[in-house]
Amino acid sequence: MLDQTIAASDPNRTTAEASRAAALIPALATAFLGAFLIWGVGFSHIDVFHNAAHDTRHSNAFPCH
Amino acid sequence: MELFRRLFIAALCAGTLSGVVITAAHQFGTVPVILEAEVYEKAAEAHGHPGVAHEHADHNAATMEKAAAHDPEAEAWEPADGFERTLYTGLADILTGIGFALLLVSAYAVKGDAMTWRRGLFWGLAGFATFTLAPTLGLPPEVPGTAAAPLLDRQVWWIATVALTGGGLGLLAFKREAIWAVLAVAMIVLPHVIGAPQPVESGSAAPEALAHRFVVAAMVVSLLFWISLGASTGYLYRRFVQNT
Repeated sequence: MLDQTIAASDPNRTTAEASRAAALIPALATAFLGAFLIWGVGFSHIDVFHNAAHDTRHSNAFPCH
Repeated sequence: MELFRRLFIAALCAGTLSGVVITAAHQFGTVPVILEAEVYEKAAEAHGHPGVAHEHADHNAATMEKAAAHDPEAEAWEPADGFERTLYTGLADILTGIGFALLLVSAYAVKGDAMTWRRGLFWGLAGFATFTLAPTLGLPPEVPGTAAAPLLDRQVWWIATVALTGGGLGLLAFKREAIWAVLAVAMIVLPHVIGAPQPVESGSAAPEALAHRFVVAAMVVSLLFWISLGASTGYLYRRFVQNT
């Protein structure tokens, strides 16, 4: 409740909130891309991916084999 | 789009840098242990016990999966030992670095705080706790030739543990009311109460001392990775995204 009162009365705070909201879509896109890369290297069941990244998977303790 | 581009460049640079550092650390720390374990694994296979010394493979789905994976007729391409294998491990390390760097800069952007290399370092430690410490409590780093539960079960447990631990740490760090702290602790503990999927029969082709050496090496290299990734994403986020 206190936070909301401060947000309403503090223009800087509302600007920060607005820039965080604007950051949400690009941040979700980069997060999705990151998760996709990690899935490909560490989790994909495709044999060729597993074999190429084998030592990386073991070293990072990703579930392997 | 502009923000996406900046986030991407910051993550690309930080991830590549940390990936290169960790490639070197893996070649000295974990890969020699993996290669040594594979000698035991191949010896066990040569004696008719695929992967691990199990006479009761039919009772163990994971061992059967492992046996199928090592059937020479079904063998997929794999890099040749030596330079080629090192090259692919390096490539995979760099892609892993970029992947985790993308997650970190995404979190910085959503959080919206001014970043420094030092603040990034603490995010990196949280990353270590989330992506290494929590899942390895239940599923320790394993050398090749270790008996394990079915792969998909372990992957599901790993992802759930990471999500709950990351969410729990986020609540602990950013919410002030006690009720959130209680929920956070419950989230962090829950996957360990349920327990990680375990093999029907445990066992390893490699000696226990080797397996232990691998756990230590993997954990230390992972800590280095997250410190390096946290500090470099914090610094580069400040330079590329916040322009200060």
